[in-house]
Amino acid sequence: MNSENNLYINGREITIESEKNLLEVIRKANIDLPTFCYHSELSVYGACRLCLVDVEGRGINSSCSMKPEPGMKIKTHTKELRDIRKINIELLLASHKRECTSCVKSDSCKLLEIASKLGVEDVRFKQTLMNKGIDSSSPALIRDMDKCILCGDCVRACDEIQGIGVLDFAHRGSGAVVVPSFGKPLGEVECVDCGQCARVCPTAAITPKSDTKEVWDVLDDPEKYVVIQVAPAVRVSLGELFGYKDGENVTGQMISALKHLGFKKVFDTSFGADLTVLEEANEFLGRIESGEQLPLITSCCPAWVKYAEQYQPEFLGNLSSCKSPQGMVGALIKNTLPEKVNVDKKNIVSVSIMPCTAKKFEITRNSAEFKDVDYVLTVQELGRMIKEAGLVFGELEPESFDMPFGFKTGAGIIFGNSGGVAEAVVRHLSSNLNGADATVSDVIELRGINGIKRKRITVKDRQFNIAVVSGLKNAKELLNKIQSGEESYDFIEVMACPSGCAGGAGQPVTHNSETVAKRGKGLYETDKMLQLHNAHENPLIKDVYESFLKSPGSKIAHDLLHTHYKSRKRFEGGISLIQSGEEKKKISVCVGTSCFVKGSQKLLNRVVRHISVEGLSDEFEVSATFCAENCDKGPTVVVEGEIINHCSFDDLKKKIDTFRSE
Amino acid sequence: MHKHDLGQAARKFAKVCEILEKYDYKSDKLVPILQAVQEEYRYLPEDVLAFIATTIDISPARIYGVATFYSHFALEPKGKYVVRVCDGTACHVKGSNPLLSEIRNRLNLPKGKTTTPDLLFTLETVSCLGACGIAPVVVVNEEVHPLMIPGKTTKMIDEIMEKERVCDEQFA
Repeated sequence: MNSENNLYINGREITIESEKNLLEVIRKANIDLPTFCYHSELSVYGACRLCLVDVEGRGINSSCSMKPEPGMKIKTHTKELRDIRKINIELLLASHKRECTSCVKSDSCKLLEIASKLGVEDVRFKQTLMNKGIDSSSPALIRDMDKCILCGDCVRACDEIQGIGVLDFAHRGSGAVVVPSFGKPLGEVECVDCGQCARVCPTAAITPKSDTKEVWDVLDDPEKYVVIQVAPAVRVSLGELFGYKDGENVTGQMISALKHLGFKKVFDTSFGADLTVLEEANEFLGRIESGEQLPLITSCCPAWVKYAEQYQPEFLGNLSSCKSPQGMVGALIKNTLPEKVNVDKKNIVSVSIMPCTAKKFEITRNSAEFKDVDYVLTVQELGRMIKEAGLVFGELEPESFDMPFGFKTGAGIIFGNSGGVAEAVVRHLSSNLNGADATVSDVIELRGINGIKRKRITVKDRQFNIAVVSGLKNAKELLNKIQSGEESYDFIEVMACPSGCAGGAGQPVTHNSETVAKRGKGLYETDKMLQLHNAHENPLIKDVYESFLKSPGSKIAHDLLHTHYKSRKRFEGGISLIQSGEEKKKISVCVGTSCFVKGSQKLLNRVVRHISVEGLSDEFEVSATFCAENCDKGPTVVVEGEIINHCSFDDLKKKIDTFRSE
Repeated sequence: MHKHDLGQAARKFAKVCEILEKYDYKSDKLVPILQAVQEEYRYLPEDVLAFIATTIDISPARIYGVATFYSHFALEPKGKYVVRVCDGTACHVKGSNPLLSEIRNRLNLPKGKTTTPDLLFTLETVSCLGACGIAPVVVVNEEVHPLMIPGKTTKMIDEIMEKERVCDEQFA
C-alpha cells in the first residue's frame, strides 16, 4: 500500500486508485452514499445533494463532483450530514405525488428506497403538487411530472447517450420542470422511444407504457388464440424480478409461466433472429456483388430505425430492408399458424415480450389489416402479470418452446447483445464462403461494452470492414466520419441502447451498474450451451424455407419479412411568410435540417423576394416548413401539393409561371 | 393595410436569417441570437425557435429551456408598449405596488394576463433597474419615467392611448 496515495474516510485509511471522484472512493470503502443524479456512464451533475460529505478544511461538498486527493480527511455521516440528507428527501417528498401503494415503480423506486434507508418518517412540509397531469401521448412511455424530482438523469441520458435531447429543463425555481420542446406531449416530438430516460429515472416520472390490461383482455376472450414470442435478452433478465442472480437464464420457468397465463404457443424471437441472419446476409452479399448501398446497416433496433428516418435520411438506403426478428416471427405466426391450428386468422393474437420500449412503436409502423404483432410487453410488464396471477415463479416446472418457431441456434441468442448481430452474420458468412466456421477470436472484438467497435474480418480472400455501434450519439459520430470519407465500412450494426438489448429500457429496473454486463454474459453462455451456433444450421429454418419461404430474398420472403423506410419529420410546424388566403396557391419551402444544409434558406429568400417584386402576393402564399419528409432529395418545395425535389430557384420560378399562365 | 402585412412576415424572417448569419450559426451564441430575434418579433414565436434549433443544431427542448429560464424572453406576443414597473427594494418602499395596481386597472387587464387583448400594452415588473435614486421608476419600452406617483401613471398611459388613436385615424 502506497501511503502517499491514501485518504481517510471516517478515520479509516483507503487508497485512491483510478477513481474519478470522491464518491467512487467512498463506495469502494463499502459506504453506499445515496444518490439520484449520479450515473457512472453520464456526466456528473451534482443536483441531488445526497452524496454530501464533510471534508476537513473545506466544509460540506458533494462527493460526486470532487476529485479525491491524498491526505483528505472525510466524514460521511455526521449529524449535520444526516440531517441535510433527510431534509432534502423531505422536501422532495413534499412535491412528489405520493401514491406509492398504487405506483408501478414502487418495487424499484429509488426515492422510496432512499427515504426508507435514511429513516425519513415524517414530511413536515405542506404537499405542493403542480398537477401537471399524465402524458400518455407516446406509444412507448408515460410521463408523470408530479413524480419528477428534477435530478436531470433523463435529460442527460437523452443528450449524452442518444445525442437527441428530447427533454430539457424549462422555467426556473419552483416552476422548473423537465419537458419536451415547447412543453409539448412526448408523442408529438422527436422522441425515438428508446426509453433510456425511463431506464435512468429514479422514480415513476417516466415509465414504460403498460399494455398488460389489453393482453389480459385477449387472454380472457375464449374466441382468441393468443400466442407469444420472447426476445433473446428476456430470458437472462426476467429472473431478477423473482430473486434470481443477475444474468441467470430462466427460459424453462418463463415458458411455464407464459403457459400458465394462458398463451397457447410460446415461440422464440431468436428463431426470427436466425432467419434475419439468412435474409440479411443474402442482402449483404447482393450489395457486395453490386457494390451499391454499402455499408449495409442493420435494422433490428426500432429506435435506431426511427432515428435514421428522422436524422439520417442520406443513409436510409443503406438500412437493411429486413424486418426485425420480432416482425419476422410475427409475420410467420400470422401467415402460417391459422392453417396449422385451424383458427381463423382474425382470432390469432400475436404478443411479444421485449426488453425494449421502442418495440411498442415498431408495431405501429405497419397499418396493414393484420399486424405482425398486436401487443408488445416489456419484461417489467411480464413480471407484473406473473405476480398478479400469483405464480410462484421459482417453483414452476420448466417447459420448452413450441415448434417450429421455438428452435434457434446460438446465433439467434446473441442478438440481444451489442455486437451479436454482426457476430451472427460473420459466423454465417465465414462458413458460407469458405466452409470453415469463424472462431471466437475473429469476432471477440465485436463483443463488449464499448460504444464503437471496429474490426476488419478476412474470410477466405475477402475482407469485410465491420463496425458495431451502441448509443445513437455514437452512431451519429460514425456516420459523420463515413460521410466525410474518413472511415469506410461494409457492414454496420447499430443498437440504440448501450450494450444493446441487454441494456434495454423494458428490462427490469436495476440500480446496479454490473447487471447489464451480467445479462450479456448470460446470453453468450446460453450460446455456448446450445448445439448449433450458426443460423443456417437451424433445421427448422431450413424447413420453413423449403415448405414456405422458398429461399432467402424470394418474392414471398420479401413480402413477409422485409419492409421499407421513409423520411420522417421530427416536429410539426412552419412559418408563414406571405400571408395565406383561401384563393391563394400554396408554396412551402422545406427548411428542415437536410434541406437547410442543401441551401433551402437562400432559395426561400429568393422566392419571397421574387413574389413581392413581381407583385404576386395576392396569388401566392409562401411558408417555410420544417420537413416535407423527402430529406434525401432536398431541397424540397411543395407547390399546391406537388413535391418538387432537388428544387432550384429556376425550377420554382418556372412552376410559378405555369400557374400564372393558367 | 393588408399589403403592408404581407411584406412584414417575410422581412422579419429575412432578418432572422441575417441574425443567424451574423452569429455564424453558432450554438454558443444562443442567448444573443434570441435577444436579437425577440427585438424583431417582440417575442419568440415557437416556429421561429424551431427554425433556429434546426439551423444551429441544438435540440428545440434546449432552446425552450433557455427561453423560459430568462424572464426577459417572452414566448407570447408582447404589446407594442412594454411597461415595466420597478419592484426593487427602493421602488417597493417608495410605493411601486400602488402604481402597479393603478396601471393594471387603467389597462383593464384580466387576472393572470400581462398583455392587453389589442396587443398595445404589456405590463411587467422588474427586480431592479439600478435607478434607485429616482425611485419609483416605470420604464415604457426604452423611456424612463422617474419619481412616479399614482395619477401620473394613468396620465402616462392615457397619453400613449391618445397617440395611438390619432395614428389609427390617419391610417384609416
